[in-house]
Amino acid sequence: MADMKEIKQVLFGPISNNNPIALQVLGVCSALAVTSKMEVALVMSLALTLVTACSSACISLIRTQIPGSIRIIVQMTIIASLVIVVDQLLKAYAFETSKQLSVFVGLIITNCIVLGRAEAYAMKNGPGMSFLDGIGNGLGYSAILIIVAFFRELFGSGSLLGFEILSPEWYQTNGLMLLPPSAFFIIGLIIWALRTWKPNQVEPKE
Amino acid sequence: MASNKDSVKHTLIVAITLCLVCSILVSAAAVMLRPIQETNKSLDKKRNILITAGLYEEGTSVEEAYKSIDVKMIDVATGSYISDADVTSFDQRKAASDPKTSRVLSSAEDLASIKRLENRSLVYLVKDAKGEVEKIILPIRGYGLWSTMRGFIALASDAETIEGFNLYDHAETPGLGGEVANPEWRKTWEGKKVINDSGEPAIQLVKGGVNASSPQAKYQVDSLSGATLTSKGVENLMHFWMGDNGFGPFLAKFKKGAA
Repeated sequence: MADMKEIKQVLFGPISNNNPIALQVLGVCSALAVTSKMEVALVMSLALTLVTACSSACISLIRTQIPGSIRIIVQMTIIASLVIVVDQLLKAYAFETSKQLSVFVGLIITNCIVLGRAEAYAMKNGPGMSFLDGIGNGLGYSAILIIVAFFRELFGSGSLLGFEILSPEWYQTNGLMLLPPSAFFIIGLIIWALRTWKPNQVEPKE
Repeated sequence: MASNKDSVKHTLIVAITLCLVCSILVSAAAVMLRPIQETNKSLDKKRNILITAGLYEEGTSVEEAYKSIDVKMIDVATGSYISDADVTSFDQRKAASDPKTSRVLSSAEDLASIKRLENRSLVYLVKDAKGEVEKIILPIRGYGLWSTMRGFIALASDAETIEGFNLYDHAETPGLGGEVANPEWRKTWEGKKVINDSGEPAIQLVKGGVNASSPQAKYQVDSLSGATLTSKGVENLMHFWMGDNGFGPFLAKFKKGAA
């Protein structure tokens, strides 16, 4: 079984060293769509982390049985089932948020991070480590989502998690921050900052 | 193991087992969670009726506020109240799809693309302290670009001035057609007239902004930018539900005080 160092690497590596959004540039679509408010971003992060972790664990559990010819379909079926279950749970216990997330919960199915981890990691590693890898990548996705949502809600609505921070008396809210393009700018700035901090993430010139 | 893993037999076994396990999982979740979801949905509907009526305040009990609303059932074709009807158990969505309680709309009639129209509909009346009707709330629906948009419209007691407009249940493109649910845009409907002087539905969604000085301005609302078909759908559903096949007869009767 893996030692502590490897567990740490699998769990926290995706946050800064191998971030799914900032380095692999996966899952950007939902990162633009659900980050206008912190609350929605948090629920989305939780849902994606859960789906990635559970689907990776399930796929890893049956990885020796999956025939190569239908392996992507098998992975998709497992992921899709888990996403539907998560969607049903949200509709039952977090109705308001599930309305705001609308189609994006369903779109976790097509989120490249989930399938990417299943194909790249879970097919080759044990269920325990795959579960942790799913959590790790979910955390990496969540970290970016929460940073983006923090700035968008703070400057776009003048609030955080619905609590007013910047008073409308002296702060004119910035409507651009509520629109999806602002997430592009923020993600771009994050990638810039991350690559200045860790220059080995910069791709070599072609 | 590795040699027969890719055999046809093994592939089929894996595929079938997986499908069975996944479908059991999904259906179990759907069935077990349905009661809670239904409660949420009915609460959400009541809350949206209150929002349309302008009676909803954040943090207050929906059920409590909803008690002040008088729910009545009407016959859509004649516009008269049905007095002995059970309004609490009436499911209007079910009524609209059941051939016994609805009728097929011809393509000329079906402006809102809803295909079937229920024979009976619920209307929600908000009364003031003296028991006079202050606002009439009507359920409306119609097809936008991707989905049937459902919601409510609140009219003042003159049966033609809009007091509130709220299409809350839809699956239009987020950010474009999805802006039908934008509170800022919904506010622009307030004070507009749904029926013109000759008694016909007159709401128009116009591009490029409403010219406030034009005599038509009281019938006009800004259309949604980037959402031509959703806006068209909203205009069509307004024409349908305010017209003769929709709530036209009821509103005409109401105006005369005879409903």
